Amino acid sequence: MSSRGVLLPAHHYLSDFGAASWLLTRDHKRVALMYLAAVTFFFFLGGAFAVLIRLELITPAGDLVSADTYNKLFTMHGVMMVFFFLIPAIPTVLGNFLIPIMIGAKDLAFPKLNLASLYIYVIGASCTTYAIITGGLDTGWTFYTPFSTASSTTAVIPAAVGIFITGFSSILTGLNFIVTIHRMRAPGMTWFRMPLFVWSHYATSLIMVLGTPVLAITLLMVAAERLFRFGLFDPALGGDPVLFQHLFWFYSHPAVYIMVLPAMGVISELVAAFCRKPVFGYTFVAFASLAIAVLGFLVWGHHMYVAGQSVYAALVFSFLSFMVAVPSAIKVFNWTATMYRGSISWDTPMLYAIGFIGLFTVGGLTGLFLAAVGLDVHVTDTYFIVAHFHYIMVGGTIMAYLGGLHYWWPKMSGRTYNELLARVSAAMVFFGFNLTFFPQFLLGYLGMPRRYHAYPDEFQVLNVLSSAGASLLGVGYLIPMVYLAWSLRYGKLVGSNPWGAVGLEWTISSPPPTENFAETPIVTWDAYEYATRVEGHVA
Amino acid sequence: MPDGVAHHPALAHHFEDLDQQREAATLGMWVFLVTEVLFFGGLFATYLVYRSWYPEAFAEASHHLDIVLGTINTIVLITSSLTMALAVHAAQTNRRQLVFVFLVSTMALGATFLGIKGVEYFHKFEEQLIPGSNFEFEAQYFQHAQLFLSLYFVMTGLHALHMIIGLGIMTWMLAWTWNGTITDAYHSPIEISGLYWHFVDIVWIFLFPLLYLIGRH
Amino acid sequence: MSEHIVPTRIYYVIFGLLILCTYLTVQAAFIDLGALNTLVALGIALFKATLVVLFFMHVKYSTKLTWAVVVGSVFWFGILLALTYGDYITRSWRTYG
Repeated sequence: MSSRGVLLPAHHYLSDFGAASWLLTRDHKRVALMYLAAVTFFFFLGGAFAVLIRLELITPAGDLVSADTYNKLFTMHGVMMVFFFLIPAIPTVLGNFLIPIMIGAKDLAFPKLNLASLYIYVIGASCTTYAIITGGLDTGWTFYTPFSTASSTTAVIPAAVGIFITGFSSILTGLNFIVTIHRMRAPGMTWFRMPLFVWSHYATSLIMVLGTPVLAITLLMVAAERLFRFGLFDPALGGDPVLFQHLFWFYSHPAVYIMVLPAMGVISELVAAFCRKPVFGYTFVAFASLAIAVLGFLVWGHHMYVAGQSVYAALVFSFLSFMVAVPSAIKVFNWTATMYRGSISWDTPMLYAIGFIGLFTVGGLTGLFLAAVGLDVHVTDTYFIVAHFHYIMVGGTIMAYLGGLHYWWPKMSGRTYNELLARVSAAMVFFGFNLTFFPQFLLGYLGMPRRYHAYPDEFQVLNVLSSAGASLLGVGYLIPMVYLAWSLRYGKLVGSNPWGAVGLEWTISSPPPTENFAETPIVTWDAYEYATRVEGHVA
Repeated sequence: MPDGVAHHPALAHHFEDLDQQREAATLGMWVFLVTEVLFFGGLFATYLVYRSWYPEAFAEASHHLDIVLGTINTIVLITSSLTMALAVHAAQTNRRQLVFVFLVSTMALGATFLGIKGVEYFHKFEEQLIPGSNFEFEAQYFQHAQLFLSLYFVMTGLHALHMIIGLGIMTWMLAWTWNGTITDAYHSPIEISGLYWHFVDIVWIFLFPLLYLIGRH
Repeated sequence: MSEHIVPTRIYYVIFGLLILCTYLTVQAAFIDLGALNTLVALGIALFKATLVVLFFMHVKYSTKLTWAVVVGSVFWFGILLALTYGDYITRSWRTYG
């Protein structure tokens, strides 16, 4: 797709060598790449725990690991994936790289703070990893009291401290994005001319800033209870363990929107680019992002229907949980409407985007089932829940992440990857994913509880299918590592706009210059003006 | 940037002008304060629940706090907010000496607050009112009073930690005032440090009645 | 956008009000107002905080965005309190003792 004879730009953001130029960088693009390395590491670490889990569950008996070890496996899988991969990945890799460019800025508002966020993330993640090595954590990623405060003999405090520290990274990233989007837009870049990717990240940043501090204080209280016997959740002192759950889920429900909103932002970009059409109902999609961020804070009690909260609270949370599905549904309808009569090309990013739309819909619909109290009391703490959130997190977020990575890879690296291998991997991910997690809906409905390393014999067939799917999925994730790395050295060079897409990032070189724009652009066009602004694409 | 116009030394390369930089810094500090509201907010939510459950125990435990020291500390902190506001004003009007005087006053008052807090904590230790293994309280409220005192220590402890950080920030501002970085053209660091300090004052404004003034009649 | 410089006279007036309110809140604590004691204490604290926010933190002279940020943070804190406490006041069974 690139014209012959393309050369790398003479000087671009990757040109400068030396450890100091990376470790002390203020360039948001370099920070993004360092985050890419870090989150990829933690993704595979979390994935390793998943491998062990699925290996154990091939047989009904708890024969691979002990129950205690199994508790540690699912806990560490959850902690690694949620806090060190799903929450940071798209914002810190794609958001950091693209947001300044998409709004016509030279960098984020606070470049040094951005670098600090990276270091804070690494320190926090290392602290929690240290906790794995020195005894693990068996409380579940949800740290429920009183087990986490009184009974667990594992490394709760180092793990909690690590997550606390990483939370700061998330907060500072969100802060940086909010100020950048408010104050650094180029002349003419009004709010309603910004790409929807930016809107999604703005909404995500609101959640990061408003929700994460509550998790931070809650973990601090758990640590204080363990360390100083300040028994704020201790029933023996009159405390309420359910209060922990209120405080924990006040963050952790909006956290799932931190994980999915950036993914939705990616999908908006992919659908527009590969259907060569503006996103249908731009304004609705933009406001839907904000609505998800706001409504997402009002539903946390749906994680606590059977915990002991009042019936009335449960009803209120249930109703609000039905409401929060509406803006997500609006987005799915609008992406679909965008595809209608679009000029669709099935490149790898689009394959991931289509996968997202389908799988997110399934995950979202099953979320509606769970919002209904009557159904939830039967399937809570079963594999139905596990399947539901993996459809969103893996079928949704991870597919969007991979789609975005493949779409913007040529921009970030200046090179393109092997399209055949990429499409094969995308297919493997899609089929492997469904084989892994669809049986889990059935398992949960049939009554298999989650977080158990042994199960009744009649569940084995579905479990074996699930584990088989996991193998396929794992391979599907490993292959891109190979061809993407290979492309860095041997991939075909590309020009500034290999996809023929519309967006400020496609007007600068691949890889971009350090300062992004030689001259600040003056924007007079809408975000997805495909009819009038197609450049350089050979149809 | 027009050719030939000197670039203010404090202007970062990714901003168009000092105004944009100042607006960004101010918004950034405000967003940070939002996170602080929610951070302390979790503790206030905990307080709300347990005080509604155990009003007598909370009142009884609150009586063991020293209302005189608490009131003095409240006045000390409010005064430090005044001196901080005056420091910002002096920076806006380019009175370097005065900035220095008011920053040092703010720090002195802040240190006084922390000193008095330390005395209070020491008294609690002596009176065996620190929850945990050595706790002593009348039998009727033995458990629930520990909830109050746990909240007392976590809330005031976290507040004190924020003040210590505030003192660190003030020291940094002192250094920048001393070496001439702060001028009337560029004083947003003092302003945003002031925002942080005032926020810490506001937290105490709520902590004082909620912790010290329960059921005193 | 040039900034507004608040005359120092205003700072001293606000300081005076804050000290007065501190005095009032301590005095009110020693009077038995029943359920109103807490309300009065919180009301005075809210008033003091508002003074600090508007004048010491310059919000009275700031952009609408700053107002929105302040109001938003209080509102979100309100969500945390309202929906959490909402559970506790609608529980019809004793979960404490």
